[in-house]
Amino acid sequence: MIRWLVAAIGLSIAATPVLAADPIEIGVGYLGRAGVKPKLSLVELPAENDGLAGARLAIEDNNTTGKFLNQHFTLEEVRLKDNEDVAKAAAALAERTGFIIADLPAGDLLKAADALRDRGTLLLNAGAIDDRLREQDCRSNVIHVAPTRSMLADALAQYLVWKQWKRWLFVVGSHDQDRLYADALRRAATRFGAKIVQERTFEDTGGARRTDSGVTLIQRQMPVFTQQAPAYDVLVAADESEVFASYLPYRTWDPRPVAGSAGLVPTSWHAAQDQWGAIQIQNRFAKLNSRHMTALDMQAWTAARMIGEAASRTKSGDSKAVSDFLKGPDFSIAAFKGRRLTLRDWNWQLRQPILLVDGRMVVSVSPQEGFLHQVSELDTLGADRPETKCKLR
Amino acid sequence: MWQWCLIFGMTAWLALATPASAFIAYVSNEKSNTVSVIDTNSWTVTKTIKVGQRPRGIEFTRDGKFVFVAVGDDDSIQVIDVAKQEVVDTLPSGPDPELFALDADGKMLYVANENDNTVTIIDVEKRTRLGEIQVGVEPEGMAISPDGAILINTSETTNMAHFIDTKTHQIVANVLVDARPRFAEFKRDNSEVWVSSEIGGTVSVIDPVKREVTKKIAFDIPGLRSEAIQPVGIGMTKDGKTAFVALGPANRVAVVDATSHKVTKYLLVGQRVWHMAFTPDEKYLMVTNGVSNDVSVIDVAAQKVIKTVQVGELPWGVTIAQP
Repeated sequence: MIRWLVAAIGLSIAATPVLAADPIEIGVGYLGRAGVKPKLSLVELPAENDGLAGARLAIEDNNTTGKFLNQHFTLEEVRLKDNEDVAKAAAALAERTGFIIADLPAGDLLKAADALRDRGTLLLNAGAIDDRLREQDCRSNVIHVAPTRSMLADALAQYLVWKQWKRWLFVVGSHDQDRLYADALRRAATRFGAKIVQERTFEDTGGARRTDSGVTLIQRQMPVFTQQAPAYDVLVAADESEVFASYLPYRTWDPRPVAGSAGLVPTSWHAAQDQWGAIQIQNRFAKLNSRHMTALDMQAWTAARMIGEAASRTKSGDSKAVSDFLKGPDFSIAAFKGRRLTLRDWNWQLRQPILLVDGRMVVSVSPQEGFLHQVSELDTLGADRPETKCKLR
Repeated sequence: MWQWCLIFGMTAWLALATPASAFIAYVSNEKSNTVSVIDTNSWTVTKTIKVGQRPRGIEFTRDGKFVFVAVGDDDSIQVIDVAKQEVVDTLPSGPDPELFALDADGKMLYVANENDNTVTIIDVEKRTRLGEIQVGVEPEGMAISPDGAILINTSETTNMAHFIDTKTHQIVANVLVDARPRFAEFKRDNSEVWVSSEIGGTVSVIDPVKREVTKKIAFDIPGLRSEAIQPVGIGMTKDGKTAFVALGPANRVAVVDATSHKVTKYLLVGQRVWHMAFTPDEKYLMVTNGVSNDVSVIDVAAQKVIKTVQVGELPWGVTIAQP
């Protein structure tokens, strides 16, 4: 570390004369809720710094670049406790930073966006996948880096259709977000020509995710739950609440693959992704944080890198200049997905390929070959311009 | 009798058609962990040499006796003895070497270490590391100016071409280019340096004196989405008049008038074209096709693909011995 510092100082002295001036300070806020989301699988339990760790790496990357441009980036983290008012916290953070990376539920994100409306602070949504934030509830001061549920669902559906697994047994959880994901998957099935042969609901009757009796009961429940289904190719599960989907693989009555919330899962990032130079960011991330990089880490990394990219192109840390550049025609970002990512100018959603992973490997990357589009193949994922309900204000 | 005449005649004609000098090309196969040796007379693979993990950057030494190949996952550069056609030595390259540049007299080697944000300087004769230079995030492309004074390094996530003084080892200028710059190439008269941006989809033409971008070359192929056009390797003829740019998953090599900077032609090659090398007589240009596991041979004067040579899995770099 010291060696690195010395080298950095040596460099900044030796580099261009411009660097004699004080660097431009660019503050980035990170606003999230405290607490860890429940997961059925222990290995998938998120770290406490899930997301934040990605933003930290991007700030380091931005500062490596910033050395040459006399820009210096800092990250300020704010974690909200249970009843803490998000609007107040966002406004307080906006006093100090022109950019806020948000990992908030949809309702909170809207409150924060509305509280910052007249301040010129740019919000980058790294966590919420709700389509409504990009549709009827879209806001002009929010850029969405996280993919939407419909983008994830479309990415999965394209692959299943390409694989000729067109008959789906559809199992939906009983919570609100499970139903939202189910809506996105239903829409995807219609869009790409898959058929839901039957739909079943898995009621969450409460109970612990971890018990000493373990899998004995589950091994009896899951085959029974999936028996007497019409002929199908793949079981598609919508279980964002992590109640049952991870119990399905290898336990279905008929020997069929599982996809959706377990089995083959669509995601913006995975620790196994190593194509397109990704091994480099995986290595950098592991070195800094001593763990694997998650989808939320990647979404936060991309958000902070977008700020860095715009700051280096505009040679400015001003939130309006950065925001204008991001929303302008010249913006694109490289994020180890094999092609440049750009913003949809009707709702400020980041276009991006979606990975399909089985938990250990990247199985495929959507959009799939053959799903064409007149503007960008990436727009075959999620709500497209002609169908958007967003009116940016 | 007439048959014998014909056969004799054909043989004589074939012998005449054979190029006066055949060259040897070395191709690194990223996935197979091998290097394919190609005879440019017969356009066949004459030998496959086992090397370390993930071979990419590959270059002949100035005397033509050795080939350096960066084996990134083994954190070293291996030295292939051309006479023995096997690995005989290893250079201390620093972590994850990808591309490197040799100075004019072949004594100093500059290596981009992707994982470490550094450029490592190696004394080739002593096989020792002389030092390292801190650059931007994910250094990759490397080129030395014709007068030897400046080393260009491109950093893929910082999106810059760093100008490094080869005497002081200090960065003297940083030029912003489009996203994910991967390769740099000087014109022989030092009037321009070209930098390809894989994700940005452009080639930046930089004035090495003013150290600023004077022109950006864009590519437009009917029927292809612009995201698929990802410039990587660049080859320039010695007279500085014609350039070839490999366009990655666009499966094409663009021919560019290097004076007017206009694209004059797109040549269809194999899938995911990476890097290229001219034969010393500049009659042929060989380009590596990563996904289709072959090398396309381009007739430079005719601007036509004349041949495809099957090599190992995921060919990446190519170098051809000077006579």
